[in-house]
Amino acid sequence: MSAASQVQTFHAQIAANRRRSLLLVVLVIGLLAVFGFVVGYAMSGVPEGGYVATAIAVVIALFMTSVSYFAGDSVVLAASQAKPLRPEDAPQLANIVRELTIAANIPPPKVYLIDDTAPNAFATGRSPRHASIAVTTGLLQKLDREELQGVIAHELAHVRNLDIRFALLVGVLVGSIVLLADFFLRWTWWGGGMRGGSRSSGRGKDGGGALIIILFIIALVLAILAPIVARMVQMAVSRQREYLADASSVELTRNPYGLERALAKIGTDKEVLEVANRATQHLYFVNPIKKFEARASNLMSTHPPIVERINRLRALTGNAPVDTGALTALAGLD
Amino acid sequence: MELIIILAVVGVIVLGLVLIYNSLVQRRLRIDEAFAQIEVQLKRRWDLIPNLVNAVKGYMGFEQSVLQNVTEARANAVAAGAKGPQEQAAAEGMLTGALRSLFAVVENYPELKANQNVLELQEQLTTTENQIGFARQHYNATVLEYNTSIATFPNLLVAGPLGFRPREFFDAEPEAAQVPTVDLGMSSPPPTS
Repeated sequence: MSAASQVQTFHAQIAANRRRSLLLVVLVIGLLAVFGFVVGYAMSGVPEGGYVATAIAVVIALFMTSVSYFAGDSVVLAASQAKPLRPEDAPQLANIVRELTIAANIPPPKVYLIDDTAPNAFATGRSPRHASIAVTTGLLQKLDREELQGVIAHELAHVRNLDIRFALLVGVLVGSIVLLADFFLRWTWWGGGMRGGSRSSGRGKDGGGALIIILFIIALVLAILAPIVARMVQMAVSRQREYLADASSVELTRNPYGLERALAKIGTDKEVLEVANRATQHLYFVNPIKKFEARASNLMSTHPPIVERINRLRALTGNAPVDTGALTALAGLD
Repeated sequence: MELIIILAVVGVIVLGLVLIYNSLVQRRLRIDEAFAQIEVQLKRRWDLIPNLVNAVKGYMGFEQSVLQNVTEARANAVAAGAKGPQEQAAAEGMLTGALRSLFAVVENYPELKANQNVLELQEQLTTTENQIGFARQHYNATVLEYNTSIATFPNLLVAGPLGFRPREFFDAEPEAAQVPTVDLGMSSPPPTS
């Protein structure tokens, strides 16, 4: 699927992004089901152990994630030193947010300001009714009205598409896999394998012992590989939802050029966002950790490369794709 | 035994009909709500205009015709509100054109361009125009969703007999296709204060 000067509607892009992210989630669910079953069976010697193990891991992961679900946004906002915006401080920003909530047909989110010259923004909140968006002062200074509209539309699209909730769902699944793997490896380390083997041979089934050993080996291999694969899928989902938010931004504003220029401007900006760190990097409009953003083409990035995002937007209007060298010109900064 | 099966099938069909009917009604109501929201934004614009005209009046002694146009167009739009959607759309289109002419003329007055009041009002009008546009866009989105749902299978079996008709999209105002002309109507330079 090359982006070479083909025209695509944002409807098609939105549908494709949703499909891909759903497929990835199904993949993780499948991975969790298989892995959980194998581990539980190997540890307990009976298939029922597999179901129980998966269920327990999911429940624990759910519990850990629910804290994040309900209180997560206040933690993130405090960690980013975001201050609530008074409309008189940035009337244009308040207006833009209001315009776009009309277009998106969602209740108005709380708006916060981060005092930093690096241009960036993020959205958080488990549903449109409990949503907040934060914007840096650098973003307000460096972008014009059209570009700001594109970025805010992207953030509101995250809220409308329930991306935060989606990410938490994926987080629960990946967390369960990591928990299971961790537990199984510790259990093996502390000699659990011998207990399992003797239990099954005690049942007197001849083939039982060999089956358990095979299962054990499979479980061991999976325990090492599954967390890595799950994380890679989690990152892939994050990247798909970023593309989806870009396409939804165009659905809201019907104007890809503002967002395109905003991406080019932010992509060429050298400032570093002080308050961002590895825990919050996935939330931002553009990855705020510069070296991660530069390596964005690999499988472990939360965001797609900026040039790729720009080219997908250009595909909406039939413009030829560009490479990194063209960014400064696109941003209108030369 | 067969009676139970028949009853179950009938039950499922009835349930399906109820669900389809409810979703069609819901989508139709969303269209009405979206239309009302456009009205809200149009009224906002009516309220902003007198302030704008007052703010620029003192500076633009020579541009009386432009200001006159805006004030008259606003009065017409308010009146057309009671006359029906066609007339209203036409009148609001004239108002948009008149406002565009006014801001084109403001470009010629440096003191006016830098005046804080005028800048704020300009931002207010920009955001109101955007809100009107987005409200219309959302209206069209609700119409699309509704029209699609009454035209696709299996809803179309239910929609026709129960009186669900397609609704119309909101077209761009006719004046949007024309470039507004600016009548300066003056032969002397603007006053310096």
